[in-house]
Amino acid sequence: MKQLRLTGSGGQGIITMAIILAEGAVQAGYHAVQTQAYGPEARGGASKAEVIISKEDIAYPKVRQPNIVLAMNQEGCDKYSGGLRKDDLLIVDETFVKILPNTEAKIIALPITTCAREKLGKELFSNIIALGVLGKAMQLLDKETLEKAVLARVPKGTEEKNSQAFAIGWDLL
Amino acid sequence: MAKQAMLLQGNQACAFGALAAGVRFFAGYPITPSTEIAEILAQELPKVNGRFIQMEDEIASMGAVLGASLANVKAITATSGPGFSLKQELIGYASMAQIPSVIINVQRVGPSTGMATSPAQGDVMQARWGTHGDHTIIALSPASVLECYTLMIDAVNMAEKYRTPVIFLMDEVIGHMREDVRLPEDEELTIVNRKVITNSDQLPYKSEADGVAPMSIFGEGHYFHVTGLSHDETGFPQNGGDVVKANIDWLNEKIDRNLDDIIRYEAIDCQDADYIIIAYGGTSRSALQAKILLEKQNIRCGFLCLKTIWPFPYEAVKTICQHAKMVVFPEMNCGQLVGEVRKILPDKVVPFNRYDGQLMLPEEIAAVVENAVKEGK
Amino acid sequence: MRDELKPYFRENRLPHIWCPGCGHGIIMGALARAMAKMDIDKKNTAVISGIGCSSRATGYLDFDTLHTAHGRALAFATGYKMVKPESKVIVLTGDGDCTAIGGNHLIHVARRNIDLTTIVFNNNIYGMTGGQYSPLTPNGSKATTSPYGNLERNFDLVQLAKGAGATFIARSTVYHVNQLTDLIIKGINHKGFSLIEVVTQCPTNYGRKNKMGSPAQMMLWQKEHAVTKAQADKMTAEELKDKFIVGLLHQEEAPEYTEQYAKMVANLMGGDDK
Repeated sequence: MKQLRLTGSGGQGIITMAIILAEGAVQAGYHAVQTQAYGPEARGGASKAEVIISKEDIAYPKVRQPNIVLAMNQEGCDKYSGGLRKDDLLIVDETFVKILPNTEAKIIALPITTCAREKLGKELFSNIIALGVLGKAMQLLDKETLEKAVLARVPKGTEEKNSQAFAIGWDLL
Repeated sequence: MAKQAMLLQGNQACAFGALAAGVRFFAGYPITPSTEIAEILAQELPKVNGRFIQMEDEIASMGAVLGASLANVKAITATSGPGFSLKQELIGYASMAQIPSVIINVQRVGPSTGMATSPAQGDVMQARWGTHGDHTIIALSPASVLECYTLMIDAVNMAEKYRTPVIFLMDEVIGHMREDVRLPEDEELTIVNRKVITNSDQLPYKSEADGVAPMSIFGEGHYFHVTGLSHDETGFPQNGGDVVKANIDWLNEKIDRNLDDIIRYEAIDCQDADYIIIAYGGTSRSALQAKILLEKQNIRCGFLCLKTIWPFPYEAVKTICQHAKMVVFPEMNCGQLVGEVRKILPDKVVPFNRYDGQLMLPEEIAAVVENAVKEGK
Repeated sequence: MRDELKPYFRENRLPHIWCPGCGHGIIMGALARAMAKMDIDKKNTAVISGIGCSSRATGYLDFDTLHTAHGRALAFATGYKMVKPESKVIVLTGDGDCTAIGGNHLIHVARRNIDLTTIVFNNNIYGMTGGQYSPLTPNGSKATTSPYGNLERNFDLVQLAKGAGATFIARSTVYHVNQLTDLIIKGINHKGFSLIEVVTQCPTNYGRKNKMGSPAQMMLWQKEHAVTKAQADKMTAEELKDKFIVGLLHQEEAPEYTEQYAKMVANLMGGDDK
């Protein structure tokens, strides 16, 4: 079972990322549950979306013990990176996350949003780049399956750019 | 066989289930956390010769649903707590005039505006007794995204079969979560359509052997009258005490006599269980996980998931739980449905409640059992 | 009862429950005469009402009739008409039912221009509950809940409907029953939302409290205070002060909602076939 927690500010496409990830997992034959936090839990510029992927049925839908946390902003990193253990993974977008937490987990810091801006001209694609990074790092789904899930979700006419974004992310790691 | 696996949100599955059940009319008013249901049906209904309308308020939506249903169209609405409160009078109208309709309530924290995006199960007693007067009601509560689909079809079927409003009592956990589902093929579904009157000599409110009267459909030239006033078999107002009593008895009996058909639950490992956790809706997910945690400690724990919460399955709960040492009933409220269990198992049932807008943790429920084990209860 | 009106009544439900001298029966009679004159397709007509004295009329008319909850006739009618855009739907309602508890539905059904013919039995009072003031009780009038005179300003229903977008608005009285019959026919034939306000008398709960005399005197009051649009145009504001205008007051063509929706459905379904 993999438990993933994705966090960032509203508008960074955190929930979309989580849905694509869950859809990719389902396409690959796994069970998946995706939830998000609204309201007070998400207040203050750190939204949170979670995905659980498992070969078994999933009863409780929320993440209890994350294996991977992806933080797209500082507040999300501060708030949601706790609880990670030695073999876990913290991925941060170093464009926004400047202060790293004390954690036993392995940290991967990459300039995700900077990449989106420089290579694709728009910060808008940062979530799909992040998804590429995350997809490769989690070592569960193959590149093609996840890319197909990306293309099934993104608006018509933006497939090529999103495909590029995904590839950039996958190669960034 | 089932369709290919896909990721669906609870609210989405609920809308798709309604369409599969043959629903062709939706009237609603925007309210979190149910809005996705209206949005999907606004998109999908006109493609299948259905009708969608966003009404000016919650009451109007319920009125429009009943007006549409009288024209022999399966009609539903969706709302959340504040809207559910506003709809109550017309839910009673549906009950009295026996108009098939399904009211989806995706529960959020109350009272009043409460917390729009946080889950609760605080409307359980309102679902039962929200509208005034003696009446009965059917309320179903899905515990998974798949059940949002399959149980929704059951809800529409029951509304049609028993000519009654059916409350589809969801909660924000189930409504907003996405999970993988394999929907049944359309051919596997059982779809029920209401019985209708075929000639004007039939009485529109005369019960047949199955306890249900065929429905008078507008536009067929029968010229029947439909009213919320106490009425006799002809449908016209009647104040005679015998008639009034007989009508109320009928409204209750048509449900009470068919409990075998209406009551749905799932019992897992309850037979030899020392402890049983009863749950419904979103809390079922915590309860099932708690059962798994307890199993790992070699504690014999069963799980009873209620899908039909009204009429309350007294017999089933009693039979399944009577040998258990203790029954734990977690709810996201201050303790509502647990009162029904107390009526039949007063010495065994222990409530566990959270009403802070958070789905309870499996560990919290498991701890209730663990403590009992420690204390030798 | 005249033979030509018999097909429209449930004779076994008569006599009606209205008080002696009440004007409501005249409105129901005008409706039946209008239907007879236009030879209405009964099977394709539904009559829907709310709650109150006016709304009991559905019980006496031999159609598919729906006696809904207080204020909600237009909401039920909207749902019904959405599903059956080809049917004629007539809504019978009172001043309290339509403009107070059902006021929100009124303005929105007018805005959407749904093809319903709404006849408002305006007797200026809640009759069935025993004479409380309504939004159409004139300022200053007495009611059981305005024992010292009504402090509230009353709606002008015609202006209200017009502001909300109604595409057919008429007003008449039970005294002007021939005009009323004619306006009902026009209203039913109008494609879109039509509102017909009918000034009627409640001798029991309004007339007596406001010293308006016998039912006949109340109808004479209607005769004396109703003016046509043409007459009104020649009158000064002072002369018009206690008068009200009767006749067809507004009519325009506009897209009808349920028809528009049916067209959208046809387009979408046609699109699927391609």
